[in-house]
Amino acid sequence: MLNKKTKPERLIDDRGLRIDGRRPDELRPIRMEVGVLDKADGSAYIEQGKNKILAAVYGPREAHPRHVALPDRANIRCRYHMAPFSTEERRSPAPSRRDMELSKVIREAVEPAIFSKYFPRTTIDIFIEILQADGGTRSAGITGVSLALADAGVPMRDLVVACAAGKVDGQVVVDLCDEEDKLGEADLPVAMIPSSNAITLVQMDGDLSPDEFEKALSMAVDGCKKIHEMQNEALKRKYLLIKEAVEEKMEPKEGE
Amino acid sequence: MILSEVVEKKRLVVPGEQLAEGDYLPGENTYKIDGKVYASRVGLVDFSGNRVYVVPVKGGYMPLVDDPVIGRIADIGMSGWTVDIGAPYPAMLPSSETFGPRQPFARTDLSKVFDVGDLVLARVISFDRTRDPLLTAKDPGLGRASSGRLMRISPAKIPRLIGRKGSMISMLKGETNCQIAVGQNGIVLISGHSPFEENLAMAAVSMIEREAHTHGLTDRIREMIDKSRKSGNVEQKDQT
Repeated sequence: MLNKKTKPERLIDDRGLRIDGRRPDELRPIRMEVGVLDKADGSAYIEQGKNKILAAVYGPREAHPRHVALPDRANIRCRYHMAPFSTEERRSPAPSRRDMELSKVIREAVEPAIFSKYFPRTTIDIFIEILQADGGTRSAGITGVSLALADAGVPMRDLVVACAAGKVDGQVVVDLCDEEDKLGEADLPVAMIPSSNAITLVQMDGDLSPDEFEKALSMAVDGCKKIHEMQNEALKRKYLLIKEAVEEKMEPKEGE
Repeated sequence: MILSEVVEKKRLVVPGEQLAEGDYLPGENTYKIDGKVYASRVGLVDFSGNRVYVVPVKGGYMPLVDDPVIGRIADIGMSGWTVDIGAPYPAMLPSSETFGPRQPFARTDLSKVFDVGDLVLARVISFDRTRDPLLTAKDPGLGRASSGRLMRISPAKIPRLIGRKGSMISMLKGETNCQIAVGQNGIVLISGHSPFEENLAMAAVSMIEREAHTHGLTDRIREMIDKSRKSGNVEQKDQT
């Protein structure tokens, strides 16, 4: 390819800054929006760095085909999918082995937070569409999915948050971008339920020493907590804006 | 035991947010772990005695016994109809729960009472999650909905549309001079004497849906209706 990116010599410079100018413990800029799709029961859009991800939730709804219904709880189904245009080189739109694995781990990451026992014989369908990928799509996907679930009104113990940490040029850093993910030494995505400090997903790609692992895990957990604050804010924003707009108009009246 | 309300009344909360600590009973849309009560859905907190509950701002319909609902006939069976009431479970309306000939119907006869695609006003007579909801159309005012304007709003906003002891809906009926049938499943059927009055009622219902979580809504609705009546056209709310 003509415009193929050249591999950078170093991923962390002399000042200790990363390839995109971040400090080792700094997250990428994150933007979240809730309720972006009208047809879905719940939806969310998340940007984390150059990641652009849509998450949609349908349900609880009637289980089709019938035999997938579970007698005691809702059957949660998840589809993670990367758009053909989401990566530098066109990606086949057919579900890959990786897509299937991620669908499974994302489902297992959010499932413990959902009160699925309230909806026996139904299904909750989760869709994650990666519009643009920039490393850490599974983490950002999980963060977006829990927003979409809350937006759909599915009862949950807490919002599930995910954030990755890893090792780049021998240094432990948080929230890896695409280059760091590909050229770095290790990647450790972590998903958690913040209110109970329960971890629902840990995967590791590459090698970390036990000490590095501990450090990476705690950095990922710290990252999760920061993202969790943003999730709360994003969920409330829509309603608070309407509330402020209409109640402001009322105020002079109440003072009379 | 120490009682403490962690958040104030009517505050907007999200799943996992702590609401209270101590001797509180977890009410609707909350749960309790280690003496702490948390929200399980997005909504407004409320306290009633030592019970904490969350009034949701979004969510689907879950049938409850005695709920009035408006559904669409999905299928005709041997002894009744399957009705889509927008719940995760299909509802059954047995022919014995409608007014009609007492004898068992033949398949063609059932379609004369309610045909596929008809809208019916009905009431839930039993539902407990292990069995599909059962409906009746035998009460006065129930049965086929033959005319009117149809709206679908979020079922979570229905309690606000009805108001405390029906205050909102009776105000709306009076002010707009329309007949309004409200299904707990989020379907609203409006029929009035003029298209203007129907538009007015529909605008008011959309406004209630949009601003359900705010204070002083009844007054604002009344104000909107007054303004529209004076100007002769229905005020369109801009979307935020």
